[in-house]
Amino acid sequence: MPEAAADPALRAASLSVAYGERWALRELTVAVDPGGTLAVIGPNGAGKSTLLRVVATLLRPTAGSIAVLGCELPRQAWRLRGRIGYLGHSALLYRELGAVENLRFHARLFGLPGDGAERIHELLERVGLAHRAGTRVGEMSAGMVQRLAVCRAVLHEPELLVLDEPLANLDPAATEIVTPLLGPAPGRTRVLVTHDVDAALAGADRVLALARDGSVAFEREAAAVDRETARAIYADARVAAV
Amino acid sequence: MSESSESAASAPSTRSAVATILAKDLRIELRTLQSVPSMVLFSTTIYVIFRFGLDRTRLDGALAAGVLLVTVLFAALLAINRLFVAEREQGGFEAIRLAPVDGTALFFAKAGALLVYLLALELVALPIFWLFFLDGAAGLLPLLPVLVLLDLAFAVTGALISPIATNSTARDLIGPLILLPLLVPPMIAASAAGQRLLEAGGPSYDRYGTWLGVLGLYDLIFLLIGWAVFDFLLED
Repeated sequence: MPEAAADPALRAASLSVAYGERWALRELTVAVDPGGTLAVIGPNGAGKSTLLRVVATLLRPTAGSIAVLGCELPRQAWRLRGRIGYLGHSALLYRELGAVENLRFHARLFGLPGDGAERIHELLERVGLAHRAGTRVGEMSAGMVQRLAVCRAVLHEPELLVLDEPLANLDPAATEIVTPLLGPAPGRTRVLVTHDVDAALAGADRVLALARDGSVAFEREAAAVDRETARAIYADARVAAV
Repeated sequence: MSESSESAASAPSTRSAVATILAKDLRIELRTLQSVPSMVLFSTTIYVIFRFGLDRTRLDGALAAGVLLVTVLFAALLAINRLFVAEREQGGFEAIRLAPVDGTALFFAKAGALLVYLLALELVALPIFWLFFLDGAAGLLPLLPVLVLLDLAFAVTGALISPIATNSTARDLIGPLILLPLLVPPMIAASAAGQRLLEAGGPSYDRYGTWLGVLGLYDLIFLLIGWAVFDFLLED
């Protein structure tokens, strides 16, 4: 008998999200295998961040179905708590607390042993913030805050990383530092929103392109997407904006 | 994933999560001094206004209780309005929902923080009230349990309503509009107990236990309501 295929880590069928009367996502259907990476591209306002918030259990879908790591949302969202690493537009860090204090707060909420002291030290070393361990987030540059937010997102070594433009505010050196923390790893599935088409095609297994109205422009294996096709998504949006 | 952390991480208990969030809130308050000093300054100013507005240097009975409790109520509103601002602006709501903790931990922690703020306020505001308006301090000691139970009522209802208001565009309006009607019962109970304790001839304990019971029952009911519904309030 042939082996049964593993359940997808992410499966959405006819997923739609509306804010009031405006549809942010329309009839999205996609599946990502465990350990795979889905790159989501599309112009501003296409619903990329909305999709990530639904996947991260932070937003309820309006219609359709979605299952993440085998849990149907929103009914089983509680089962996903602690299994997702979310890096969105907000760093989810308190400005009045220092770098270590912020990470320790999250480590305690995630139940890391020893308040995650070793892991926090290791991460701060890796992102080059060990010497800023006591610096308050409100006194950090945007790039430093982003590096700390990366530490926060991977602190509990999540099964699913949900990343919304994770390299925003980072210079090339910082990008090089944090990329290994956010990159593919055994047993880790990733959903990645990026405007960097080259990075999306290089680092993903599948590419989901959203059109400006929130509908799916295309969804296919990354190897089957050429650069021009991907860039055309933005060109269409430019035409629409004009 | 590293083996060590994968095997050892476990969801914290609600009690542990409450302690973590409460400690974070108190640390931030100690650093920023955003709530308690404003409440103390507000209360002192209100006492000065009452002293000159009423043109009286001594108060007793219902008027004394009214001045004290209404001042504490409006000072509490200042803190309640700010209670969840950091969670909304700095992503605390999302952080809690991503973590393997019961969302009600946030409710209990915020109620705890608000209770600490109110007790700190009264530590300063009550002696000022005594200096400004009272002849003796005999009624103040039995008034303390009344104030603590009233503070708890402010804390639990404030922690329940504040996230609703914080997530609306008219935060400063919605909070008091929903909250003030809910706080009428404990204010009536605290005033009824307080006016007898602050009588000119010395404290009277007529129905003291009854009013304490009413306040305690109110606190219990709203603690249970918060425990039951707060997780739903965190949803989008």
